Amino acid sequence: MPTIVVDVMPKAELLDPQGKAVAGALSRLEIGGITGVRIGKRFELTVDAADEATLETVKKVADEILSNSVIEDVVGIEVVE
Amino acid sequence: MTARIGVITFPGSLDDGDAQRAIRLAGAEPVALWHGSHDLEGVDALVLPGGFSYGDYLRAGAIAALSPIMAEVTDAAGKGMPILGICNGFQMLVEAHLLPGGLIRNAHQQFIRRDQRLRVENASTAWTNGFEAGQEITIPLKNGDGGYICSAETLERIEGEGLVAFRYVGVNPNGSIDDIAGLTNERGNVVGLMPHPEHAVEPGFGPDTRAAMRSGVDGLTFFTSAIASLANAAA
Repeated sequence: MPTIVVDVMPKAELLDPQGKAVAGALSRLEIGGITGVRIGKRFELTVDAADEATLETVKKVADEILSNSVIEDVVGIEVVE
Repeated sequence: MTARIGVITFPGSLDDGDAQRAIRLAGAEPVALWHGSHDLEGVDALVLPGGFSYGDYLRAGAIAALSPIMAEVTDAAGKGMPILGICNGFQMLVEAHLLPGGLIRNAHQQFIRRDQRLRVENASTAWTNGFEAGQEITIPLKNGDGGYICSAETLERIEGEGLVAFRYVGVNPNGSIDDIAGLTNERGNVVGLMPHPEHAVEPGFGPDTRAAMRSGVDGLTFFTSAIASLANAAA
């Protein structure tokens, strides 16, 4: 069965408390080279067929249910087998 | 006639019982409603209670906002029915787009429980008309996802139109922009806030006051305001 992956991230301009907490931990561990962390969500949707109609449906679901456009952006919709 | 105020129970609601009790203490009849129904049972007003519906999965309030009964809630909101969303109920109201903006994890990442001072910024809503504008009240606050955010345009609009109903005083407990604790819609019938008025309605069980321990009943005015607003609408 094909899988469609939807990636959702908190909006870039908004505070991401989870990412900030992880970034703080990395810095306390003195791990160098990483200057920022943001945490988002990955949804894996199993579909009957990854055709155009299904992709259309997934796009709508991603915009209206999987993400809240006030606080998040859908940053990727990708078909993986 | 006694006002009938519905309290909708969602899977994971916790404060529905307290909300019903607050309604009874305020002098109205509480009506228990179920999220999976399409029937508001003819109630005059509605409370969406606090809790952790669906374990806060997806986003706090997001799955509950898609419940069958929310179609009727949205319809009733449009017709002017007084609707109060408390904590998780407030999160549902923003997820259902009945109030603007969104609520995210507290800025400090911690769940917080405290008796919270608030300033009533808008005392002309269905749920705040018993207060004076600028009045300070204290009611309990307890949340993990209480950080209020919205776009710069939305913020300008809600501040400009007086839609900020409550603001945190003293401490901003969750990083909410402009210390926003609660909002109203333009019509003043839909109000949402993170703190819990239903936990400050009976002496002996509320926040401490200067007068006595646990004597704070500032939350009762939310419910008596709604009853007064219903009586005015009927008159």
